[in-house]
Amino acid sequence: MKDFSNRYIFTFAVVMVAIVAVILSLAATLLRPAQERNYEVEKKKSMLESIGLFAEREDVTAMYDKHIRESFVVDLSGNIITGVDAFDVDLGKELKKKENDIRLPVFKAVTESDEDVIIVPVSGTGLWGPIWGYIALKSDMNTIFGVTYDHQGETPGLGAEINETFFESRFSGKKLFKGDTFVSISLVKTGADPSDQYAVDAISGGTITSRGLEAMLKDCLGFYEPFLKSNMERQ
Amino acid sequence: MEKEPVFSPKRLKMITEPLGKNNPITVQVLGVCSALAVTAKLKPALVMAFSVTVIVAVSNLIISLMRKSIPGRIRIIVQLTVIATLVILVDQFLKAYAFDVSKQLSVFVGLIITNCILMGRLEAFALSNGPWESFLDGIGNGAGYGIILVIVAFFRELLGSGTVFGYPVIEKLGLYSIGYENNGLMILPPMALIILGIIIWIQRSRDKSLLEEDKQ
Repeated sequence: MKDFSNRYIFTFAVVMVAIVAVILSLAATLLRPAQERNYEVEKKKSMLESIGLFAEREDVTAMYDKHIRESFVVDLSGNIITGVDAFDVDLGKELKKKENDIRLPVFKAVTESDEDVIIVPVSGTGLWGPIWGYIALKSDMNTIFGVTYDHQGETPGLGAEINETFFESRFSGKKLFKGDTFVSISLVKTGADPSDQYAVDAISGGTITSRGLEAMLKDCLGFYEPFLKSNMERQ
Repeated sequence: MEKEPVFSPKRLKMITEPLGKNNPITVQVLGVCSALAVTAKLKPALVMAFSVTVIVAVSNLIISLMRKSIPGRIRIIVQLTVIATLVILVDQFLKAYAFDVSKQLSVFVGLIITNCILMGRLEAFALSNGPWESFLDGIGNGAGYGIILVIVAFFRELLGSGTVFGYPVIEKLGLYSIGYENNGLMILPPMALIILGIIIWIQRSRDKSLLEEDKQ
């Protein structure tokens, strides 16, 4: 390799960095609209999965419009805040805010069998990064209709199993409230008693992800408690 | 000088050698960390193998084209910039046009940047060889990396989860009903290291030329 002068080395570095910066910012700007569309479809797709509907990417928007009837945001005391589009509210970001500013999205939907349900998002932390999901509750605001979870980078074969159907289906029919008290759902390591309405089997080898998931359910659904309760009474 | 055919025996060897005699994982012992991380299931292993192959080949090609103008004193930074740029570009394109693949890859895309095979091939090969040779060398090393990943992942998924590509083989064979149980240890990272060790052992016992001379 030739010996280059300092001037050449500096110029080379500056030019290279400038070219790379231009390429990357161009790619980021030009591809953003397509990426955002994908995120939107992905979000709608997960919501549909929580009520047991599995759509192809192309059909997601049509199905979403058909099944999700209404959406709104509520504050921590369960009062509806007007003027905010629930779809644009990112729960993960909301949870970092001060308590009084937290806005919680709620989606009202109908299932394939015309049952009214509500869908609420949950967001938390697994072993390696964020985990999130959607919980669909039956109209008694207590029984889980279905759930869907996803994760950014949990270990394949271990924590990553949380987004597999076999795991998600364990949650259907479980309950959040024992009488009037919010108990949430616990993930049990040694195998949950199937008749226990407040517990499901954890994922073996995915202890930390399971714990994160349990905490996510307790924390996020806990925020919705006033809203859920006030809707229960109305029935 | 006589022109070399596009796929001369010497050039073909650049692809075939890394598959066996000069395998990046079992012989050069590079990229072991990612081999442990993504081999619990076959699918991510395969996706990772493919992505690494593409990125080694293309970054090898780019560095080889630039090799006469890269100042030696900052060559490592230049290599890293090229790799990182490529990885980010691929990631952005996947997010825009192949969202499902990008979800599969998730954090592994970022892991590619730190894969030692990339830097190793750029430093050892692309800096001193022509573009076409470098490209072939990239393909060969990526494939050599991939083949080991797939072998390790096959055993880990079969013995650990009882499936192959998610298909429940053991269940279909009816082994559970006669008392067979999955080995949970297989899914944990240490088993990847042990399987890798066994592969290296088998390879070395079959090919004595890989053994180091006894120094005593």
